[in-house]
Amino acid sequence: MSENQQSLWQFMSEQSDKLLNQTFQHVGLTFISLLFAVLIGLPLGILIARKRKISGSVLAFAGVLQTIPSIALLGFMIPLLGIGAKPAIVALLIYALLPIIRNTYTGIVGVDASIREAAKAMGMNNWQILFKVELPLAMPVILAGIRTATVINVGVATLASYIAAGGLGEFIFGGISLNNTNMILAGAIPAAVLAIVLDGLLALLQNLNFKRLRKVLLVLPIFLLILSGFYLLPKAYGSSLTAGFTPEFMGRQDGDLGLKSVYGLKIHTIVISDAVMYKAAFEKELDVISGYSTDGRLKAFDLTILKDDQRIFPPYYAAPIVRESSLKKFPELEKVLNLLAGKISDSIMTDLNYKTDQLHQSPEKVAKDFLISRNLFKVSKNGKAGIVRIGSKIFGEQYILAEMYKMLIQGNTDYKVATKTGLGGTKICFDALVNDQIDFYPEYTGTGLLVLLQPKAEFAKQIAHDKDKTYRYVNDEFRKKFQIKWLTPIGFNNSYALMMRRKQSKELGVYTITDLKQYLDNNK
Amino acid sequence: MIKVEAVSKSYGNTLAVKQVSFEVSEGENLILLGTSGCGKTTTLKMINRLITPDAGNILVNGKDIAKEKPEVLRRGIGYVLQNTGLFPHYTVAENIAIVPKLLGWEKEKIKSRSNEIIEKLHLSEKYLSAYPGELSGGQQQRVGLARALVTDPSVLLMDEPFGALDNVTRTSIRKEFKGLEELKRKTMVMVTHDIHEAFELADRICLMNKGEIVQIGTPKDLLYKPVTDFAKNFLASEKLSLEFKIISMDDIWDLIPSSEPVSATSLSSSVSVWDVMDKLQSAPSLVVKNPSGEQKNIAFSAITEAFKRYQKKQSHE
Ligand SMILES: Nc1ncnc2c1ncn2[C@@H]1O[C@H](COP(=O)(O)OP(=O)(O)O)[C@@H](O)[C@H]1O
Ligand SMILES: [Mg+2]
Repeated sequence: MSENQQSLWQFMSEQSDKLLNQTFQHVGLTFISLLFAVLIGLPLGILIARKRKISGSVLAFAGVLQTIPSIALLGFMIPLLGIGAKPAIVALLIYALLPIIRNTYTGIVGVDASIREAAKAMGMNNWQILFKVELPLAMPVILAGIRTATVINVGVATLASYIAAGGLGEFIFGGISLNNTNMILAGAIPAAVLAIVLDGLLALLQNLNFKRLRKVLLVLPIFLLILSGFYLLPKAYGSSLTAGFTPEFMGRQDGDLGLKSVYGLKIHTIVISDAVMYKAAFEKELDVISGYSTDGRLKAFDLTILKDDQRIFPPYYAAPIVRESSLKKFPELEKVLNLLAGKISDSIMTDLNYKTDQLHQSPEKVAKDFLISRNLFKVSKNGKAGIVRIGSKIFGEQYILAEMYKMLIQGNTDYKVATKTGLGGTKICFDALVNDQIDFYPEYTGTGLLVLLQPKAEFAKQIAHDKDKTYRYVNDEFRKKFQIKWLTPIGFNNSYALMMRRKQSKELGVYTITDLKQYLDNNK
Repeated sequence: MIKVEAVSKSYGNTLAVKQVSFEVSEGENLILLGTSGCGKTTTLKMINRLITPDAGNILVNGKDIAKEKPEVLRRGIGYVLQNTGLFPHYTVAENIAIVPKLLGWEKEKIKSRSNEIIEKLHLSEKYLSAYPGELSGGQQQRVGLARALVTDPSVLLMDEPFGALDNVTRTSIRKEFKGLEELKRKTMVMVTHDIHEAFELADRICLMNKGEIVQIGTPKDLLYKPVTDFAKNFLASEKLSLEFKIISMDDIWDLIPSSEPVSATSLSSSVSVWDVMDKLQSAPSLVVKNPSGEQKNIAFSAITEAFKRYQKKQSHE
């Protein structure tokens, strides 16, 4: 434990530049959106306190906005506002709106009627009543709303990294996909501390007496503005093209690290989630992205792969990895899963992915159609002899494979199947397997090597270029370390790839990664 | 001077105030009396336009209030509420300064006038920097009164000003209220449902029922010349104690036998029979002096005898 803590400390001090930058971005994001939420929510709250008839519908509308899942909301924003700061700020603002509107309304409506009447009877006009009586008296309630909104924003802002808006989410989600606990904690701990500290400070403010509150309220807007300004701090370095890489890619030797060390590529990079990356490239928000060679969106968004002329992205096999205890428990399992072995080539997988990603067919339909075409499909026997639990990561290809395995098991054995799909990144899925929450899931040998086993860099370099060596190595190590077996590969090779829009690639004459580097060096 | 002419107000189907008319002359205190829900507050609030009447006219100091800007009208009329309506986020000084500030008074003038009014209302200056929440109910009510009086408005409206106080505080503050110099010249309309309060403080009482005026007159008129059964029954249970309160030694002076005074100190004959009897509890007899300088020595038996004869005379008139 103490070793672990120390290495967390080490990680944080090594990455202190990034950490500081992310924290500033996080605070900035939180407060810019809060500022706008106050600018919109406060007048709206006042308005509905005056016109109570419309209060119900306004509050209901703000309530509905708040129930939109954060990832979905960020997704909706991209076509409208692109990626980066703007959509993130708007999304956060939308979440902060409800508590501010509601508390402004409640605070003002809650002002003692006899006090309001006295103000009127003494000859104050409506504005004087608002500014001298209603707002000051409602202030503790309004501040409580701002406090709630702040805490919500600190939390939701971690998701901003999905759409390249930065913040502590970069470490958190990077850590999840790279199986790096220290990285997760380096993002999660500051985020939690931030939430607690801001909550505490605002609680103090809320409980101040009237005399002190009056003074603090004069300083507060300035404070808000300064904190918002954090977000505008200069970014690392600029270049003529912009790259968007996933957090996982950023931390892998066969990823950004290799691009830097082998190619010497210097490109303005933002961290973004796999879910929105392709679309952002299509919408010209990004020029270069990291993707999988078999991804269906490659075809869908008319992207082209830059040739990896120095071979830093070795090809890897995909294969189901299974707990050995599960193989014992379900004797027929291995045979059934191997029905798919060698059946899916690169082009077939790309085509299947295209069907779900772009033609929006359900993974279930795509899986069934494929099995039927290969004469592998059998009607489910509705067996009841034990439940096989299938896992999958949260992207299309994994869903399709999980569906195929489900149909094969149901059609060929008497086992029942439970699917636990959408298990976040590699770490979440693998942890579920190790902890006996699932029996198997499809994994890639490259990920097994570089993310899960993490051997010394030199050793990794030696074997990584050979896909069969890599397969044997991970299979041996997994059996020893985790009692997990790699079954026969499914056939297709999956590897990382750099991609650009086909049109842009042609215009710039950039077809290989070396071309890209030269272009960047010539166009600073 | 206030003139209310045939004013009505209804809320949906309830007719809260029906064709009410009355006049309050300068320096007079008119009290609106009646059971709760009879329309007193509604009537009062129409005078400073907190409520707009459906029909009728109201004149304050000769001017039709409907033609004035409501804010300007209200700044010129003092208003005291049952729950004080003090701003909890303002200090006592700031509360008192609200109307002067709206009127654009200079800082110095506000300060000196605030100090003056607070002294007249027997509040210590140290409370000026306190918040209302730190004061007792009686003190808060005084601050509410100070706030209404600080600009010396000629007209004062009060809605159950002592209603929120406990009985003891209420009686003592009422007594004090009666003696306040600041209030002597004011044209006042005050609302209460407390019969004793009305009889103690009113020049004239306006008795209301179900939104209508039953009778307007002096306390004695109401007591001895009730115009309807409602008026008679309304006061019946309290009649005796009210009589003690409103009948003064002047009223029964001639019915008391002459006697030689035995004390150098004497009471004025304007005090009520009630007050004299109260004092007789601790002394066997008292000396009372009338405006023409005549003095009489009064004992318990003499005063009760004279009171009975006075009562008999009133009921025969
Ligand atoms: N805002 C209002 N809406 C509806 N009815 C009201 C309103 N204010 C007063 N009333 C009704 O008008 C009548 C007179 O009320 P009010 O003048 O407050 O009586 P009082 O002050 O004599 O107790 C009551 O029946 C009361 O219920
Ligand atoms: Mg009332």
